[in-house]
Amino acid sequence: MNLEDLAEIAEQSAEAEKKQRHCVRVCMAASCQSSGAGAVLDGLRQHAEQDAEGGVHVKSVGCMGLCSAGPLVSVDATEPKTEVMYKDVTPDDAAELYSSLDGDPLERLRCSTDIPFFARQQRIVLKNSGVIDPEHIDDYIAAGGYASLVRAVTERTPADVLREVKQSGLRGRGGGGYPAGLKWSTVAMAPEPHKFVICNADEGDPGAFMDRAVLESDPHRVLEGMALAGYAIGAEHAYVYIRAEYPLAVERLKKAIKQATKKGLLGRRISDTTFNFEIEIRLGAGAFVCGEETALMASIEGLRGQPRPRPPYPAEEGLWECPTLINNVETLANIPAILARGGDWFKGIGTEKSTGTKVFALAGRIANSGLIEVPMGIRLREIVEQIGGGIPDGRRFKAVQTGGPSGGCLPEEHLDMSVEYDTLRSAGSIMGSGGMIVMDETSSMVDVARYFMEFCMTESCGKCVPCRAGTVQMHGLLDKIAEGRATQTDLDLLEDLCDVVQATSLCGLGQTAPNPVLSTLRYFRHEYDEKLRPESERWPLLPVVTGDN
Amino acid sequence: MPGPPVTTAPGVKVRVVTLKINEHDIGARETDSILDVAQANHIRIPSLCFLEGLSTWGACRLCVVEIEGYPRPVSACSTTVSEGMVITTHSDRLKRYRRTILELLFAERNHVCSVCVSNGHCELQDLAAECGMDHVRVPYRNQPYAIDSTHEMYRVDHNRCVLCTRCVRVCDEIEGAHTWDVKGRGIECQVITDLNQPWGDSSSCTSCGKCVQVCPTGALVKKGTAAGEMEKHDEFLPYLAQMRGNQ
Repeated sequence: MNLEDLAEIAEQSAEAEKKQRHCVRVCMAASCQSSGAGAVLDGLRQHAEQDAEGGVHVKSVGCMGLCSAGPLVSVDATEPKTEVMYKDVTPDDAAELYSSLDGDPLERLRCSTDIPFFARQQRIVLKNSGVIDPEHIDDYIAAGGYASLVRAVTERTPADVLREVKQSGLRGRGGGGYPAGLKWSTVAMAPEPHKFVICNADEGDPGAFMDRAVLESDPHRVLEGMALAGYAIGAEHAYVYIRAEYPLAVERLKKAIKQATKKGLLGRRISDTTFNFEIEIRLGAGAFVCGEETALMASIEGLRGQPRPRPPYPAEEGLWECPTLINNVETLANIPAILARGGDWFKGIGTEKSTGTKVFALAGRIANSGLIEVPMGIRLREIVEQIGGGIPDGRRFKAVQTGGPSGGCLPEEHLDMSVEYDTLRSAGSIMGSGGMIVMDETSSMVDVARYFMEFCMTESCGKCVPCRAGTVQMHGLLDKIAEGRATQTDLDLLEDLCDVVQATSLCGLGQTAPNPVLSTLRYFRHEYDEKLRPESERWPLLPVVTGDN
Repeated sequence: MPGPPVTTAPGVKVRVVTLKINEHDIGARETDSILDVAQANHIRIPSLCFLEGLSTWGACRLCVVEIEGYPRPVSACSTTVSEGMVITTHSDRLKRYRRTILELLFAERNHVCSVCVSNGHCELQDLAAECGMDHVRVPYRNQPYAIDSTHEMYRVDHNRCVLCTRCVRVCDEIEGAHTWDVKGRGIECQVITDLNQPWGDSSSCTSCGKCVQVCPTGALVKKGTAAGEMEKHDEFLPYLAQMRGNQ
């Protein structure tokens, strides 16, 4: 496949589109599917087949973002060019919706796309999400896909690709925020002949579904990003490590790899050059710790998913002791756009130290929950109040939890903070992979801390003592506080354990496990204090044994 | 100033670096770990999962040390030295961390010394004394674990296990049997023989007893020992590892 072949596919698609009266897109991402989008799709397809006039294309697409209002359906008319979105569509609505195609939009189900939820977003990673059919490679190609890869391998050197990525200022979207260009060039410089690329799709944070949505909606974008990474660093083999709990993403990814290989965009001699690149899928069996890069690599190697001390870092000594580039889904999904439009363009979005956009999974007590992509530097308040539509049922905002179990809870006074890696960290939370859980006044922050500690406790791999035995004790203390059985001594002990577990744990899981406790203590200490019993009422730890007994 | 390269094996050049440990200037090979260098210079750093002759595990976290410019303490066993490192091994903070880690270990399972066959010959007990851990602030979990006495010569008492995996590593790396491994995750972890079969039924166990000798506590013991009688001898390991490495 060369650039002309890609252009030809795009042209054919455009021709076919012109012949259509309408294109009806039904969101078939996991969230909408679970609320019955499959039956809506079948219903609309039946009507389209029975339509004597023809020219209506009913298409299954990826995530449209506003998951709380699913199943979502969007209708495009070619002439005049309009777009209407419908929410909460049931299979019973299919007939009415279909018959309204040539007339006025069905106001009953209409979801305005002018609302801030859609209008305030800036889509790079999610550009094709909800637009193209993730199961058809031609759709991706028609949207400009694989052009960056073909252009890179046929016209540019690996150093050029590397330079663009460095120039973009892209930082790892998996949570660490490490500069992607720096990581890439470290692996590129390694002298070893065998290198690997790994796409970390082991998303396990409670409330987070960014990577799943990207893989379900636009799998080719991730594959193209991986191939570009392979070209830049000199790797010919890659793995996608994805959790088995994401069957739809796995299925679409498998299909995408097959399609791309068939078209010569993956596999041997890509675009008739000497560049070979093969991608394999590895399923994770559902261990949160396997998102940690060294544990993930152990798991790919067929070993127990346990981390090992770093250094050596994977860039130096990774999979089977070879230099390995490991990036998360969103990081890789940014690459084709960076190569297509240049590192400078990407750098112009966001802030100086956090460039580009970030995908967040907005969940919790919020009117509009779903998947959003916003430029870095946006105010937290804009996300919560405008994009998210505020807190429902007339309740008050209390906190927003960012970064999953490794992150922290930020109170209202931080809502005007700019969303960037460093500002979030200085406020005691982290960007993480992009989970964002909004809580209202009914949430107990002690319960929130206890919930995340329970998660870390059950997900600890058990290798190092502070994480294995420390999280259990911290959870026990939080239990005691939440149930009103604790005294100040217990709270002091909890804080002490937070310090020990954070400072001495072997890997990121343990090192960050105390974060939800520390951040809730920082901003909501009064809630802990309210639950404490006076020291004088302290329950004795051991029965007192005297000589008289 | 980096020192001249020194040769350890034919064709392998190793550079000598200078560093500071507890304000003492020390020279070391760049391939050595902080723990190796400290031991060679008679600086004692507490450790539990580390055993010379076995692969480095880095899990007990007792050997954590502070390095100037590093954001958090690192384990001395798994961190190699580099030129100009400034290391502190016994700050008040580190001593507090070690005591707390030991408290967590003591509360995790049952480590009542007075009735233990390894009493007086136990590394965990010695570490508690060395680190000044004289009481446990966290509640004991008091979970009863099974004792497997099915092996004709040895016994495994999971109540005494600290999950250092020395048995797993010695069996795999030195004996080559890989009878031992770990099952479960988090606090549910437990060492197992074969595919969680009783030890006596293990078809891979060669009954060599290396696991018993390297176990730091009374978890793996010889049958027929009474309280305080079980002495362990792991001095053979570095010699054995070196001789086999030279083959």
